[in-house]
Amino acid sequence: MSDNLAKASRHVSFLRGRERWKSAEIAFWLTLVGVYFVFPSSLVFASQILITGLFALSLDMILGYAGIVTLGHAAFFGIGAYTAGLMAAHGWHDPFLGLLVAGVTAGIAGYLCSFLLSKGGDLTRLMITLGIGLLLYEVVNSATKYTGGVDGLQGVEIGKLFGVFGFDLYGKTAYIYVLIISFLLFVFTRSMMNSPYGLALRSIRENQTRALAIGIPISACLTNIYSIAAVIAGIAGALLTQTTQFVGIDVLSFQRSADLLLILIIGGTATMYGGFVGAVVFLLAQNWLSNLNPQYWQFFLGILLIVMTLYLRGGILGGFSRLVNLFRHWRNKEHS
Amino acid sequence: MFRIGFVFVMLLCGILALSADQACAAGSTIKIGMIAEMTGSFSDFGFNIVNGAKAYMKEHGDTVAGKKIELIVKDVGGPSPEVAKRLAQELIVKDKVDFIAGFGFTPNALAVAPIITEAKMPTVIMNAATSIITTKSPYFVRVSMTLPQTTEPMAQWAHKNGYRKIYTLVADYGPGHDSEAAFKKAFTKLGGQVVGESRVPLKNPEFGPYVQRIKDSKPQAVFVFLPAGEMPVAFMKSYNERGLAKAGIKLLTTGDVMNDNVQDALGDHALGVISTHHYSVDHKSPENKAFLAAFAKIEPQRPNYMAVGGYDGMAAIYNVIKQLKGVIDGDKAMAAFKGMKLNSPRGPVLIDPATRDAIENIYVREVKKIGSHYYNVEFETFKAVKDPGK
Repeated sequence: MSDNLAKASRHVSFLRGRERWKSAEIAFWLTLVGVYFVFPSSLVFASQILITGLFALSLDMILGYAGIVTLGHAAFFGIGAYTAGLMAAHGWHDPFLGLLVAGVTAGIAGYLCSFLLSKGGDLTRLMITLGIGLLLYEVVNSATKYTGGVDGLQGVEIGKLFGVFGFDLYGKTAYIYVLIISFLLFVFTRSMMNSPYGLALRSIRENQTRALAIGIPISACLTNIYSIAAVIAGIAGALLTQTTQFVGIDVLSFQRSADLLLILIIGGTATMYGGFVGAVVFLLAQNWLSNLNPQYWQFFLGILLIVMTLYLRGGILGGFSRLVNLFRHWRNKEHS
Repeated sequence: MFRIGFVFVMLLCGILALSADQACAAGSTIKIGMIAEMTGSFSDFGFNIVNGAKAYMKEHGDTVAGKKIELIVKDVGGPSPEVAKRLAQELIVKDKVDFIAGFGFTPNALAVAPIITEAKMPTVIMNAATSIITTKSPYFVRVSMTLPQTTEPMAQWAHKNGYRKIYTLVADYGPGHDSEAAFKKAFTKLGGQVVGESRVPLKNPEFGPYVQRIKDSKPQAVFVFLPAGEMPVAFMKSYNERGLAKAGIKLLTTGDVMNDNVQDALGDHALGVISTHHYSVDHKSPENKAFLAAFAKIEPQRPNYMAVGGYDGMAAIYNVIKQLKGVIDGDKAMAAFKGMKLNSPRGPVLIDPATRDAIENIYVREVKKIGSHYYNVEFETFKAVKDPGK
């Protein structure tokens, strides 16, 4: 009996340990707060990095944790962006209301799409998500009257936050706003992924048959996670709309979905922070290289990506944790 | 675990520091930030715009009113408004530029409207052609053209020359829809008839069936607008394969389709095609000769109308700097732009004080072979055409 209890408490402490905030994580978020003070002239860029990171987090939920491959995640980002944009252009200027409606709309779209995805294997899913993405792009392109088509949606006016903080040229309000929303969504995702539900998702990813055998309702789980990921992608899209006060049709482009995949793979999948780290590295590298040479920078970016994917398996965070393990191993040897 | 955190923070700071530009004290320089499409499938846009601007600087020196002119080129990588907006913000806040210029695509220009208004930043549009752009901020000035501006003369010319039944084919996106509407409006007003309309997708279009449909409906001519680039080449191929020219269906286009860059690639296929535009490399004037010579020093490739946009944009900026004696103020600069006259390589240009758009000649041209090269040869002029889109 006591043996059982000890075992149970070991499991509980394992789960608790996973849920505890590690110092590295706290340092990460403090750094983001620090960015506000250290780089006051780069805040617009910093908030776009954060938005991309949040978007990548949403992809991580379905790709990294649940193992659903997708090439059309920009669809939900775009739905969120256009919902927030259309609302702001038609008189609802409150940013929070915009976020909420954008998230819900994207969530509903995600819920509906998830039924298409519960059937078929990886290849089918790739094709379906790609198709949904392209379809939405064309719909927005042809509905020029409502969306502005390729010229983009104009007249997006965003009201002040709480009626006090307006969005300024330096992007100060925008950065704080994006940081807080990202952090809240991150905390929510983190606790979800560390709950038994998160474990269930991972077991689905590893082996569907076994997961079914231990009583995990696979299709319900996938529907849930796909809808929640769509909500977060939608909110990320709405944040982009609200901070740039414009919606371009490129929010729905295939390029955005593809870049996002790259970002997540560079950062590391199923690590919670992979998306953010990938976004930081990818966008900074892009910015830095294109400033060095605006014409041929993509060549160097390509080389960088090839080297990274070849030699940094598991992404940057994967590489880091291997490095740390190596270091620990070496130190343990020293001690013994 | 703490160690990883530390390393991570250091790394983050390091990378961010790299990207943070050193803001250097200006005083004897005037900075012009250019936002252009330097990479991707539209890199041709940025190539022409930026080299056009450089050609002007090469020809006229890089010192005006005692100030050195510095060009800061930023790549926006295609139609991506959020990048354009970020770049504009960085140019204003970090690089502390005095002018912003460039913009091949409309969404990129529209996206920067709120911040240039807030920063009172004079912004010169060198290509983006949707009519409404200049209404979105009082700090926009456009030295290029708008699509209705080049489309309407085509309709008028066609009617004058006895064409009554015309089919239209445009690319299925905003500017295409604009062009289709502008042509139809002008042509039917004169009493002509649009017998059919087709819209082709922007991506990998297969022109065969569309061209066949045109042939079957037997119009006297077909009016085509497609964005400059690969589409016109693909279209011309189908046009010839299906024998439209032999069936007596005349091809009328805007100058975007008969872009100077692709004339030699089109070769004999395009001979005899009529188009309306504000600039042709073949334009005969001393200004154009000087422009072509200056451009050849920068790049051996043949320039196109976007290069002229870049060239004239710089000319306008130089004028403003001279007028203000090197002390740039947003409102004063805009006042100087209004009503400015330019002796452009394309002919006389007047910046309309009311709309800040270019009033310019639109030429009717025909593709001819001169020596071993192909040119749009101008043979008729619509004088001082205003943008009819406003």
